[in-house]
Amino acid sequence: MTRWILILSGLFCLVLVVGIIALCTGAAGIDINTIPAILMTGGSSAEYSILMEIRLPRILLGMAIGGALSLAGTLLQGMFRNPLVEPYTLGISGGASLGVCINILFKCYAVIGIIAYPLFGFAGASLVIFLVYSLNRSNTHVKSNRMLLTGVMISYVASSLVMLLMALSHTDDLQNIVLWIMGSLDEPNTQLIQVACIGSVIGLFISYFFCMDLNALTLGDEEATSLGVNTARTKKILFIVASFLTGLSVSVAGIIMFVGLIVPHFVRMLTGPDHRILLAASFLAGAAFLTASDVIARVIIAPLELPVGVITGIIGGIMFIWALSRRQVSL
Amino acid sequence: MKSLNFGYKGASILKDISFCINPEEFVAVIGPNGSGKTTLIKTILKHEIPDSGTIQILENDISCLSSRDLAMHISAVMQAIDPTAMKVRDYVLLGRMPFFRKYQFFETRQDLDIAQKYMELTGIAHLADSQMTQISGGERQLCAIAKALTQEPDLLVLDEPTSHLDITHQKTILDLITTLKKELSLTILMVLHDLNLAAEYADRLILLSKETKTIFSSGTPEDVLTQNHIQTVYRTQIKVEPNPVTGKPWIFIINDMNPHE
Repeated sequence: MTRWILILSGLFCLVLVVGIIALCTGAAGIDINTIPAILMTGGSSAEYSILMEIRLPRILLGMAIGGALSLAGTLLQGMFRNPLVEPYTLGISGGASLGVCINILFKCYAVIGIIAYPLFGFAGASLVIFLVYSLNRSNTHVKSNRMLLTGVMISYVASSLVMLLMALSHTDDLQNIVLWIMGSLDEPNTQLIQVACIGSVIGLFISYFFCMDLNALTLGDEEATSLGVNTARTKKILFIVASFLTGLSVSVAGIIMFVGLIVPHFVRMLTGPDHRILLAASFLAGAAFLTASDVIARVIIAPLELPVGVITGIIGGIMFIWALSRRQVSL
Repeated sequence: MKSLNFGYKGASILKDISFCINPEEFVAVIGPNGSGKTTLIKTILKHEIPDSGTIQILENDISCLSSRDLAMHISAVMQAIDPTAMKVRDYVLLGRMPFFRKYQFFETRQDLDIAQKYMELTGIAHLADSQMTQISGGERQLCAIAKALTQEPDLLVLDEPTSHLDITHQKTILDLITTLKKELSLTILMVLHDLNLAAEYADRLILLSKETKTIFSSGTPEDVLTQNHIQTVYRTQIKVEPNPVTGKPWIFIINDMNPHE
């Protein structure tokens, strides 16, 4: 127990530190020493608005999305009993992006408002989870990587469809789609940022009701049933939560790859497989990781900004290949 | 008076199965491969639903019980546990899950004590802090039994718990089950391949037949394990003699490939 408290406090401090670093870095060249003063005086100075209206929302968004994607990865890994699944590798991000694309093209957001983005993202994500789960239902005993293959294929199909839609769209929409697909935390709409922050915390909250169920599920569906877990209901709810978290993330920030893979992998090495600590620890570590990646993205080719998806894609992709090569993989 | 009633009619694998298990009885289910032993177990554990019929435990129909309620009455030890990356103590503590109240996240003092008691009874207390992946197959099976016991069930169901183990572990585990049956007033339902072990340890046997897809014979080992029954159900030449030490029926497989006097 004390170990858990230590881990969580440590991660929380990490998140704060990364947040502060993020607040202090950027192309605007605000000197670190002046930041406390700026924050104190507040008001109308240009630096203050840069900090509070540009950087801070972006940092909060990064934490929310990083947390959401890591949590979604942890949930999916627990349910599929495969440590290599996560929203991107299972094609769920692809499905969500297709959903959001349809939303942009058919202007559904004009009808139901900005909430259309996460909603369509959620719809696309759910569809893919449903597909992947149904296609792999027979693989209960074998930790096969067949579902990863299914996910990658679905991802390709989704990307192709997105490109098809892009080819059919107007220039304005096209630019919207391209910019957002690359995975960036540069989101001007504060309402969406609020939705993302609240949504990811709600996702964490709901997941905690099932942390013991997830522990039991690591032994297999039948064993979990023998321990009294209502496996069908638990899986349905957690799939919905994972789709929700992914749909939310993709609709606000585009496709950010591998966060749900890298973060839980390393967090598990620190905390062990017990989901009572793993869920919160993954969330916090994910928040720190994505925010840190965003700092790198903003700084590495300053004054130009890279989309954060590029950084996580490179780091994550390399780690994914390394993780695959370490295991005895039999497709 | 607690008992398990079972009436079942599943079209493809088993038909018209009906039996009753009395409290503190050790019942062994035997039969050739494909005779439906595992299906029977899965139906009792509610992993599969029968086409028709009812299963009752302690006068309650199990189809009316939630998974959680059922788990408080029945616990299971399946074949060959896949090693998962957790500590033995945490694995055994999972057996207390059915007793967690709705928003409870941590084990109570009582849960920890119960788990410790059963780890000691099964002789694995010294492995409590080891990883499940680092212990031997026999030790893992003992952990699975400890976990099933921490559920404090009325009925303990085991699916071939010893098939993959050496004779030392086979005897240890079966001796343990028999002792615990008396000490903890457990009722045992075990699927066994090894007819001789079943004869030695079980109070009653249920012999399933692949052809008729139903119970061929049920009763004491002496009643069920006759030359006639076994040769009919298993379609193999064997000889049945009493065990020279205990008197229980013992089945001898005859090697008729090599000529002998």
